[in-house]
Parts: sequence; C-alpha cells; structure tokens
Amino acid sequence: MLEFLMSPAVYSFVRGPLVWIAFLVFIVGSAYRIYVMISTVKKEKLVLPYMSLRYSIRSILHWVIPFGSVNWRRHPVITIVTFLFHICLVFTPIFLLSHNILWHESWGISWWTLPESLADIMTLIVIFSCVFFFFRRIIASEVRFVTYPSDFLILAIAFLPFLTGFLAYHQWLLPHEAMVNLHILFGAIMLIAVPFSRIIHMIFGWFTRAYTGSEFGMVRHVRDY
Amino acid sequence: MALAVKQKEKAWGKVLDAGLDETIKKLTPEKIEQVIKKALEKMGPGRLKTMVETCIHCGLCSEACHTYLSNDRDPTFAPVAKVKQTMWPILKNKGRVSPEFIRRAAEIAYTECNLCKRCSMYCPFGIDMAYIILSVRRICHLLGVTPLYLQDTAHSHAVTMNQMWVKQDDWIDTLQWQEEETRGEIKNPIIPINKEGADIMYSVIGPEPKFQAHLMGQAAVIMNVAGIDWTYPSFDGWDNSDMAMYSGDHEIMGRVKRAHFEAAMKLKVKKIVMGECGHAFRSIYDVGNRWLGLRMPPVPVIHAIQFYYELLREGRIKIKKKFDKPVTLHDPCNVIRGRGLHEMARYVTNALCEDFREMNPNKEYNFCCNAGGGVINCGPPWTKKRVISNRVKAEQMKATGAPIVITPCHNCHSGIEDVIKYYKLGMHTKFFSQIIVEVMEIPEKFKL
Amino acid sequence: MNQIAEWDWDTKEKYIADINEWRKKFPVVRGLVASDDGEKIATVIQTEDNRFTTCVNGDVWEETFERLWSLKFTPDNKFICLTYKDYEWALAVDKEFWEDRFDSAWNLTLSPDGKNIAINVKKEESYGVSLNGNTWENRFVDARDIALSPDGTRTATLIQTKRLKEGDIFGFQEGIWTVAVDGTPWDKTFVNVWGVTFSPDSKHVAVEVRFNLYDYTIAIDGKTWEKVYNCVWEPLFKPDSNDIIAPVKTSDGWTLAINGQPVWDTYVQLWNQRFSPDGRRIAAIVAPEYGRWTIAVDNIPWNNSWSDAVLPPIFSPDSKRVAAVVKESRNPFHMESALHNVEGNNRYSIAVDGTPWPGDFEMVWDPIFSPGSDKVLAKVEKNGKYFIAIDGRIGKHGYEALWNPVFSPDGEKLLIRCVEGGRYYRRVVPIHEI
Ligand code: HEM
Ligand code: HEM
Ligand code: SF4
Ligand code: SF4
Repeated sequence: MLEFLMSPAVYSFVRGPLVWIAFLVFIVGSAYRIYVMISTVKKEKLVLPYMSLRYSIRSILHWVIPFGSVNWRRHPVITIVTFLFHICLVFTPIFLLSHNILWHESWGISWWTLPESLADIMTLIVIFSCVFFFFRRIIASEVRFVTYPSDFLILAIAFLPFLTGFLAYHQWLLPHEAMVNLHILFGAIMLIAVPFSRIIHMIFGWFTRAYTGSEFGMVRHVRDY
Repeated sequence: MALAVKQKEKAWGKVLDAGLDETIKKLTPEKIEQVIKKALEKMGPGRLKTMVETCIHCGLCSEACHTYLSNDRDPTFAPVAKVKQTMWPILKNKGRVSPEFIRRAAEIAYTECNLCKRCSMYCPFGIDMAYIILSVRRICHLLGVTPLYLQDTAHSHAVTMNQMWVKQDDWIDTLQWQEEETRGEIKNPIIPINKEGADIMYSVIGPEPKFQAHLMGQAAVIMNVAGIDWTYPSFDGWDNSDMAMYSGDHEIMGRVKRAHFEAAMKLKVKKIVMGECGHAFRSIYDVGNRWLGLRMPPVPVIHAIQFYYELLREGRIKIKKKFDKPVTLHDPCNVIRGRGLHEMARYVTNALCEDFREMNPNKEYNFCCNAGGGVINCGPPWTKKRVISNRVKAEQMKATGAPIVITPCHNCHSGIEDVIKYYKLGMHTKFFSQIIVEVMEIPEKFKL
Repeated sequence: MNQIAEWDWDTKEKYIADINEWRKKFPVVRGLVASDDGEKIATVIQTEDNRFTTCVNGDVWEETFERLWSLKFTPDNKFICLTYKDYEWALAVDKEFWEDRFDSAWNLTLSPDGKNIAINVKKEESYGVSLNGNTWENRFVDARDIALSPDGTRTATLIQTKRLKEGDIFGFQEGIWTVAVDGTPWDKTFVNVWGVTFSPDSKHVAVEVRFNLYDYTIAIDGKTWEKVYNCVWEPLFKPDSNDIIAPVKTSDGWTLAINGQPVWDTYVQLWNQRFSPDGRRIAAIVAPEYGRWTIAVDNIPWNNSWSDAVLPPIFSPDSKRVAAVVKESRNPFHMESALHNVEGNNRYSIAVDGTPWPGDFEMVWDPIFSPGSDKVLAKVEKNGKYFIAIDGRIGKHGYEALWNPVFSPDGEKLLIRCVEGGRYYRRVVPIHEI
C-alpha cells in the first residue's frame, strides 16, 4: 500500500491530471452552480426586484468583520475561531510557498508567499479549529441535533489537506513522497467537493447574505446584523 | 427521521387538532409525493434550494428563537431544527414522506414558528427561515393538513374577504353603530362611508367589528379630532388581515389583497392607513402584494404607529396630560423587523407616556410574542403550548416592572395578554389608540 | 343614455344651492351627491337632536331617521336612499317608501335605465334580495353581492345554503355556497362562489367557483367549464352574445380564457378585462413582467408600462381607442407618509393607446371619451383642487368639488357640476373654454 502510494506513477497522476481535474471541477462546477442558481432565482421573479447593491454591501460588511454583527458579539469564542479558521483555510493554500512553486512549475505563475513559519502556524490553526468544530458538533445539543454524518465528512474534507500538508512539510509519520501524494489527493477532494456539498456556502453565502441584507435594508428599513 | 416524527411529550401533552389528525387519514405516501413534487416545481427550486444548501448546520441561529430559549434550549425548537424536521427530509426524499411525518411537519410549521425572522438576523448567511417554513405550510395546505381554527379563518377570508365571517350588512351596521357610540365621546363625530376622493382609507382587521368595535370608535375619535379626510368602504375589501397567507392558501391571500387594494382605488384615496395590526401589514406590504405581481402596494399603506407619529409630530393631536403609569413597549415583528417603525414607536410612546421602560432586547432585536405568524389563530388547543413556549417574553416584560405593555398589534395584544395570565405577571396590554384617546386634548369644537 | 340630449345644454350657469349656508344651518352636512344632469344636489344632514334627514337643493325632508345612507339619483332624477327608523330599514324613492321593511338593506343597485332598483336584504333572520320592493320569498342563511340583469327584471346573489357549526371546516369543504337567481338556488353547490354577473340578454348568470381548496373555474347557470385552473378572476359576458371571458391562472401564469379555452399569452397578472362597445376587441390590465403594469388590447400589451398600478381600461365609443388611469412611483422603497407625499411618488396620469399624458396629478378619475372618440378628458386633482384635464392639458378652473363632466351629444360642450366658493353650480361650457 505504502509502496503504491509512493510510486512515481501515483505521483505523476496526482501532480498531473488530478490537479487539472480538481481545478476544473472546482471552477467550472462552481460557475455552473452560480449560473443555475441565478437563473432559477430569476424565474422566481420575486428576488431580483428587491436586490439593492447598497444594502447588500452593508450587510456583507457587517458579517465579514469580526464582531460586526450582534450574533458575532454574542458568541466571542466561535467568532474568533471561525474567523481564524476561514482566513487560514482560504489564504494559507493561496499564499503557500510550496503551492506557488508548484504552479510556477506548471503554469509559470506565482505571487507573494507567506513566510513558512507563519504558514505552519496558520495550518495548525485550521487543524485545531477543525478539532474545535468537531467537539462542538458533539457537545452542543443544538448543533448535535442538526448534525448529519455529512457534516463530519465536510469537516474531514477541510481537515485532511491541512493535516497531510502539515505532516508532509515536517516529514512526519509517513515517507515524504507518500504524504505529499496523500496531501494532493485530499486537496483535490476538497476542491472537487465544493460544488457538490454544503461547502458551496463559500459561494452561495454571499448571495443569501446580499438578499437578506437588501430585503431588510431597502424594503423593511431595518438592520440584519 | 425517527426523532422528527415522534410526538414531543411536553408540558402541554399531545395536542389534538382535527385539522391535522383527521386530514392525514386521507393521505398516502404516493399522494403526498405527487403533491409535493408538483408544489416544489412551482415554488421554484431557486430560493428554497439555495437556502437549504447554504445552511452549514452550525446552529448559530438557535438563540434567536424565543421558542428555543423558552423550552430550556430544547434543540428541537432551534430554527434550523425546525427546517431539519420539515424541509430537509422533504427535499431529500423528493416528497416521499409518511402522513405522520406531514402531521409533525404541520405542527412545527404552524405552531412552533411565528415566521418572525429574528433568526434571519442571527444566521451568518441570513437564511430566511420564515420563507422555508412558509413553504412547508404551503405544502401542508396543498395536502389539506392545516390546524382547524386557522383553516376556518382561511375559509372566512375566502367567503367574506374578512377574517371573522362578518357579513356584509353587519359591517355596515358596525360603522353606523360606532358613529353613534362615538357621539358619547365627542361632538358630532362622522364615520364617513364610501367617501370618494378622501385622502385616507382606514382599514381594520375582522376581529375589530366582530369583538372590539370600540377600537373603531376610538379610531373615529382620533380621525375626527385630527381633522383627517378619511373613509371606510361599505363593501368587501375593508379588512386588511390575511390568515390565508399563513395557512398557505396563496390564491385566497391574493384574492383578499386584491379586494383591499381595489377598494382603495375605487374610493380614490391616496393612502391606506391601517389600525394596529402587524400580520395585516405584512400581508399587504410584503407577501400578498407580491403574489399578485405588485412589487410594492399600489396605494401606500401606513401602519398606525407611523400615522400616530405623524399626527403627534405635526401637532394634529395634542396631549392634555401624559399617561402616568409606567409602560413598556412590545415591538411587533411585522412592523419593526418588517418595516422599521421602532424609532417612531418610541417617539409615540414618549409623547404619550411619562414613564417608558425599555424591554431588553428591543427594537429589531425584540422577541416575538409567539402569537404571530398565525400561531394564535391555530386556536385554543394550542394555547398552552404557545404560552409555555414564550417564557422569555414573560421574563423580559417582568423585568421592566411596568404594569402596562403597549402592543401595537392585534396578535401581540392577545398573545401577550395570554402570556401575562399564564405567568401571573399582573400586567395589562394596551393599544396606542387606547392611550391616545385617554390622554389627548379634545378641542373646543368637539367638546360635548 | 339618450336622455342626455334632453338635458338643458343652453343655460350657461345655474347656481343651484349654497352649501355653506347648509353648513351654517345644520350641525353636520355629509358628502354631496349630484344628479347626472346636474340639476340637483343632495346630502345627508344631521339635526340638533342627532337624527338624520336629506336635503335636496335646499329642500329638507321633514321626516328624520336614526340612520340614513346610500344616496343615489336615478338617470331620470328620482332620489333614492336607505333609511333606518325604529329598528327597520326602508328604501325611499323621492320620499316614498317601499312597503316592505328590512332588518338590513345594502348593495343598492340600479338597472342601466334607472327604472329598477335592487338591494340585498335581511328579513326575519334570513337573507335575500328585494327588487323594486318585491322581496324574494326564498331566503337564505347568508347572501352577499347582488347582480341586477341589464333589463332590470332579474336579480342574483351569492348564498349560503346551510347553516354550519362554528369551525366546521369539513362541512364547509363539502360546499355550501351557490348562486340564487330570482330566489331559486342552483342545484349545484361549491366551496366558494364570487363575481356574479348577468349576460347581456339577461338570461344567463355566470360566477367564479372553487370546487375544493384548489380547483377554480367558471360556472354558467350552474354548469361549470370543463377545465379547472389554479385560480380565476371574475367572468364577463361578450356584448350581444353568451360568450364568456375570464382571466385564468395556469402553471405558466395568467391568461384570458374564452368559454374555458385559454386564448391569450400568459402574464404575471391579468385582470379587469373589458369588451369594446362593438364586442370585437378585448382590453385588460396585465403585468407583462413582475412589478410592471400596462393594458393589453387583443393580447398586445402597450409599449409603456407603469410601476404601481394601471386601472381598468376604458374604450372609446367607436371601439378604436383605449384609455386608462396609470400610476407611477419613482422611489418605490422610500418611506411613505400618511399626511404628505414623497417627491416623485404616487403620480397619477392617463394613458391613451399606450401614450401617457405629459403631466401627472395627485389623483385622476376615470378617463371619459368624447362622443366622437377624438378627445379624452378626466377629473384630476392638483394641489388639493379639482380640475378638468383634456388630452393632457389641465383646465383653467380649480374647484372645491367636482363631479365627472359629461359631454353634450355633439361633443361640443361639457356639463360641469362643481362647487366653487361654497356654492354648487351647474355649468355648460364649450370645450375650447375649459
Ligand atoms: C490539489 C492540488 C494541491 C497540490 C498539488 C498541493 C501540493 C502541496 C505540496 C507539494 C505541499 C508541500 C509539502 C511540503 O512542504 O513538503 C503542500 C503543502 C500544503 N498544502 Fe497543498 N496542495 C494542493 C491542494 C491544497 C489544498 C486544497 C489545501 C487547503 C485548502 C492545501 C493546503 C496545504 C497546506 C496548508 C500545506 C502546508 C502545510 C505547512 O506548511 O504546514 N493544499 N501542498
Ligand atoms: C470564503 C468563503 C467562506 C465563507 C464566507 C464562509 C463562512 C462560513 C460561516 C459564516 C460559517 C458558519 C459559522 C461557523 O460555524 O463557524 C462557516 C462554517 C463552516 N465553514 Fe465556511 N466559509 C467559507 C469558506 C469555507 C471553505 C472553503 C470551507 C472548506 C471546507 C469551509 C468550511 C466550513 C465548515 C466545515 C464550517 C462548519 C463549522 C462547523 O462544523 O460548525 N468554509 N463558514
Ligand atoms: S419563530 Fe422566529 S426565530 Fe423562531 S424559527 Fe420562526 S422565524 Fe425563526
Ligand atoms: S445559523 Fe444559518 S447556517 Fe447556521 S444552522 Fe442556522 S440557518 Fe443554518
């Protein structure tokens, strides 16, 4: 098994076609989901006439700023964890040196990168946030009641690329080649999962927020944050 | 799923309601599937599906809901839990659910959620729980499974265009009778009927002529003293309320709203001013008009809170001596979260009363009365559950120490009175209009 | 209608009554009602002892009542009202009462020539109709809405056939409503019936019906259309025919159906359909897209549309032109006010064949075509005064009160019924002097 994981054939597959497939599915899939969502909502007729750019932005701003909304203020621990989690989750892979080297090799593009030690810390933050969310799901009754196995799966999908990336970087547990291959596999799974799972919230969330912000702000003249 | 179907054994016991218990007997999983499939097609998968799929099951909306807080944080009362027990399985199984499931879904949708939208303000994604639950109600309506009292009210709307089976002649009689009554309050009051070209059509909800006609008399006092050019229609369309909106009968909701708007346009009035009712405002301003294809009401609708605010600010009515008992103010969801009248409500309260004490939380963040959203209209079988599920409101009110709660909404008014009684708070509810008539100055011209 | 030719079209001005004088004389003077030909003005006045009576051209009826309302002039100038005294309602025509008395009386309705009068009545705890004082023998648990046939000989009303216990939703859903024509109920009952109307030949009656909570259609003389729809609006008979049109809602939206068959495109909304006088054309209010309103004539919507509302279309006498009141708001989401108007909002105007008048007003009454169909005028309100506007041009005179003007048969002159300086006048003015 380990042999197989370490084999150059696997490496060339995960480094080659799989990356391509992952990014394609992620980008094309997400674009398609947005397209379908907007066109069905358009057919419903009752949404677009009540959208307002001003109130969409007002609402989004209040919610992307930590403690910018009443509910964020009511739950300081969750707010801190979720903001750190999401910031690290989104920005670490984008500004990671190893990733930049890879896409420089493949596509000839690269940009500013995080100092490696910082990236390491950010990775750990994601890892521990996932652990936090995992226990919250088990302990907090209101979350447990609405938890499906798929929620743990999504958590795992977020967790594994970071765990394996971290282990690969430190060359712990498994031989480096095996861990890198595993990491790429999990990274690809996460990207592919976006359009097909509730991770789509990273895209739809902006739209639902904008809609509620517009209805509350423009039509009903109240805050929604 | 097992949990979802199980009837909760709570302090209120198992509630029997023929509108749910008898009607599910006629259902089969096949019939349910067929009806739901068609309904989902029509609802448009867009908004509903997007919201359901965006929800990350984080539970952050839980504490928004008074039913969750009041039932000792029973997780089944969290907003997302209500969706979990209703719409999620419906979508997941593409409508193939059991009659017992529908019964439980109906109980949740009609008696455990007031569509108050407080949770939308607490969900990071702003997920519109009220819309999802209304969609569940639509499905229940299409399956014929609706609480009996609410359904009876929807029938009344369908026949009479009003909420309380008020017959055409009874309505006219009430207008004339209230004019006579008002003669005991001020000199030569007029309740104008069908006055074409008046500035304002004043509209009320069915329970006013049926049980609370004195409120119409008080409105007449305010209108006459303030010198408003106003009128009532003698014909259908005078009622602004709409329980069909809450039962899920969109077609009747639309018909009732059309009658209301056409009455105003027929009378050539410039504005509709409505009495102190919240759900009626929502039905005209937000829901019913949309079903008809009207982006906004064709004739502007002004809620009583705003109307009083304008009258007081412009000196159209003056205060003789402020109300001296301490008061607190309940913010009705449908005109606060639904219209942003909270600052005006405070202006009016302060203009009328000496000692105003805020509840906490308040304004947009206020807790619902747990009567709104058609819940109180599900009738006596559900009263106990309704008051137990709003302990937080009782605590909130008690903390103010005020003996009077101003409730500028009919459902809040009755619902909070029930809460007060159950928790023995020794308080009373009042409408703004009742206080205005008590404290306003009667100009010489109208003195008896 | 041909009576109009016999009116006085020569006297330029008649000063008929001093309303201010009335206001001084009586504690309360209610709304004013003018006769069609403008010769008479009536009101309800309140006496010192809180009783009511009528005053027509200054002539006060010596009899007084506890309640009095629903004043109307017939086209031949008879004066009708509903009066209440000693717990009884009575209908009075020129101070003469119908013999029959009622527990309640409402929905006062006249035939087009004004010779026949119908009302909904309640008598001995049961509901029905009285036509010219002949009250239906058959009466019911409830009756709502009245229809009087064009020839004035027949009446119909919506009735409840059975008494129900409070909250009996199952009994209700079995169908306990139907139509009674001349006192005889249809055999078939429905969950709901609405919008009762007679055919032009007075022989048939049509209504909207709902079979259960979901299926709607139209019924004629108790027989329903084969197709059912998600919803329907009120039916209308074609002039000189028994064809019926009604808006119906399919899964694609609203369309117009003739005798049960959808024939128009679908719209977001469609209602208030009207036939041209010659019966060849149909106009209706439609929403071609969500939140936009216009008129469609023979299924072709006008190019312009409006944000707030469009009122029922009105055909010219030659059936060629269509006019309607339109309403627009520039800032629809602005906080409205009860006492003031938000700048740019709630602007009323008239559109003729899709082209709006250049100006707009605080209120506009239904457009009126000249007999030659070439001119359109309307009563409009600006700065709290009432004016006549012709083809978009506002008249010189603003009045305290104004009734819809009437064209002389040759279309050269207008009859203006108005209150100026507290006095009611009847004026005849050549069109070009407006
Ligand atoms: C699918 C394509 C991907 C490829 C080819 C890839 C490749 C790599 C490689 C080669 C490393 C370096 C390991 C080392 O230093 O030896 C790495 C590290 C890392 N990757 Fe990825 N990765 C992919 C996707 C992702 C995704 C989707 C995420 C997270 C959302 C992610 C997060 C990380 C992190 C956090 C590290 C570094 C951990 C640390 O420095 O502590 N990667 N990746
Ligand atoms: C950039 C766009 C994103 C935004 C605005 C966003 C926003 C949110 C919000 C508001 C929550 C709810 C609060 C909480 O429970 O902490 C949440 C939860 C979550 N998000 Fe995101 N998210 C984004 C991207 C992602 C991505 C790419 C993933 C990858 C898997 C992800 C995974 C999660 C998970 C697993 C949770 C649930 C935590 C729990 O179990 O309670 N998010 N997200
Ligand atoms: S009652 Fe209000 S807060 Fe509770 S779930 Fe319903 S809409 Fe949300
Ligand atoms: S807060 Fe929003 S996303 Fe979280 S569980 Fe509630 S509805 Fe779903």
